[in-house]
Amino acid sequence: MTETEMMKDMSDEQTGQSPLEAMAEHIRDSGAVMVLACDVVQGEIEVRVNASDVSSALALFRDDRQAAFTQLIDLTAVDYPDRKHRFDMIYQVLSMQNNMRLRLVAAVGEGQAVPSATGVFMSANWAEREVWDMFGIFFSGHPDLRRLLTDYGFEGHPLRKDFPLTGHVEVRYDDTQRRVINEPVHLVQELRDFDFLSPWEGMHSEFDGAYNTQDPDKSAK
Amino acid sequence: MAEMQIKPITMNFGPQHPAAHGVLRLVLEMDGEVIERADPHIGLLHRGTEKLIEHKTYLQALPYFDRLDYVSPMNQEHAWALAVEKALGIEVPRRAQYIRVLYCEIGRILNHLLNLTTFAIDVGAMTPLLWGFEEREHLMGFYERACGARLHAAYFRPGGVHQDLPDDLLRDISNWVKTFPSFIDDMETLLTENRIFKQRTVDIGIIGEEDALSLGITGPCLRASGVAWDLRKTQPYDAYEEMDFDIPIGKTGDCFARYLVRIEEMRQSLRIIDQAIMGMPSGPVMTNDHKVTPPKRGEMKQSMEALIHHFKLYTEGFHVPEGASYTAVEAPKGEFGVFLVADGTNKPYRCKIRAPGFYFMAAVDHLSRGHMLADSVAIIGSLDVVFGEIDR
Repeated sequence: MTETEMMKDMSDEQTGQSPLEAMAEHIRDSGAVMVLACDVVQGEIEVRVNASDVSSALALFRDDRQAAFTQLIDLTAVDYPDRKHRFDMIYQVLSMQNNMRLRLVAAVGEGQAVPSATGVFMSANWAEREVWDMFGIFFSGHPDLRRLLTDYGFEGHPLRKDFPLTGHVEVRYDDTQRRVINEPVHLVQELRDFDFLSPWEGMHSEFDGAYNTQDPDKSAK
Repeated sequence: MAEMQIKPITMNFGPQHPAAHGVLRLVLEMDGEVIERADPHIGLLHRGTEKLIEHKTYLQALPYFDRLDYVSPMNQEHAWALAVEKALGIEVPRRAQYIRVLYCEIGRILNHLLNLTTFAIDVGAMTPLLWGFEEREHLMGFYERACGARLHAAYFRPGGVHQDLPDDLLRDISNWVKTFPSFIDDMETLLTENRIFKQRTVDIGIIGEEDALSLGITGPCLRASGVAWDLRKTQPYDAYEEMDFDIPIGKTGDCFARYLVRIEEMRQSLRIIDQAIMGMPSGPVMTNDHKVTPPKRGEMKQSMEALIHHFKLYTEGFHVPEGASYTAVEAPKGEFGVFLVADGTNKPYRCKIRAPGFYFMAAVDHLSRGHMLADSVAIIGSLDVVFGEIDR
């Protein structure tokens, strides 16, 4: 039995509402001002807020007795270069009390700062450093926003879609200088990234288009 | 005599150090022998797994998961397989579910054996390592007989497992299960009541319940702090729901509690392995939806359609409908999650890997403040970190 089916099993007989939908409604009520949208997609609650409200929303969901999303499991970003607000910040929080997960999504433009969640969850510290390193999203109020995974002195943000897979520099040990040096990537053969995508076939969506990767700014208009 | 101001000494630990469990550079600010601040520098094993996955088809992305936490490869594959299956909305045959559970538990024992024995060597006990690695060889032998590889298995696929188990393998695993409890007992005689081991671990690196939640600690480390939370029980996947096993909980949240929880988890894993073997259903090990899983080789010699399916699957790959989902499994180290954003093509748009060890490493600063230098080694050992998954 999957997680979704389990949730359905536990559903309240009287109201005919699943616990997930009940929670979604509770979140819509309690965070009325901040919550832009709150839906149940494929057995997962997805909440959209403005980037400036992220840390206060996380604190609200954590401290709410009924919701009690007490653990920030993960924090990441997704890059959509064509959108007006280029990035989506994604926060996965877990409520052990309700055995539920919630995904907080906030659109962030390039150069826009996001309030750091380190004051709410300690686990945000390194996760935000990673997002800063990989995407170049700045977190205001972060105690120690340094690069985390890339090399000392690295330039660029590797997980942005416009960053090439091969990178810009490669390292090698230089015998004359007696140290490791960076130099532009030299490829003997051009990187082969085959596009096998067939133009005349596609599968229908299991998600009924409820979550779409299109630009929310455009679809709103 | 004028009062002297003593400046804290900054000390470098690693990047190559046997007690760092991989390539970890730890910059320590010391006040005498007491740690004032620990600053782990990670990323020395960063291979850009998430970026590479964006450029591969869903099937080609799978082997990268073996290379994250290379101590328990199949548990990671499981998360990816489940994530893709969830997005595709396909059912996995019962036999495949049982095989996956069986091998996940073997992976758990593989992981705990490595962690407990290297932890013991970090605090001065050599023998458990020598004994434990002999047992790991047996387990890797079982891996090899199922999929042909000792470590990088690529065995769990979206839709099931790659191939059926060979004859006699289940019987041999079952024989091994009978011998293993006495090994755990032997190992416990070396460590559990050992005075030196207890002096090095009891009351060291205590994580309180609230801190553990805030730090994003999961798995055995969270359970050692007294939180009864295991995804195999709370959000069961595959055949875990049908298995009868207990979740050990620690009381003190120190290094010793984490050790005890892992010892007991190995015993519980044996129970699951036993039940999986006893209840192993017969039938197919892959869904027969050939839009996702390849046809049998014999079929390809006869059927044109099977040949086309095979060709399309291994060039273009299958398309995953648009959407985003988060899937998590209880890997031996903790919650291992995959956040998958699909855009309807044959390649993932974004795949974020949530590695439990990443958050353990982030907690090292919090845990080792105020402890002695030698305790930092015990703390890192007891947290169970592998840099393959931390650096990704």
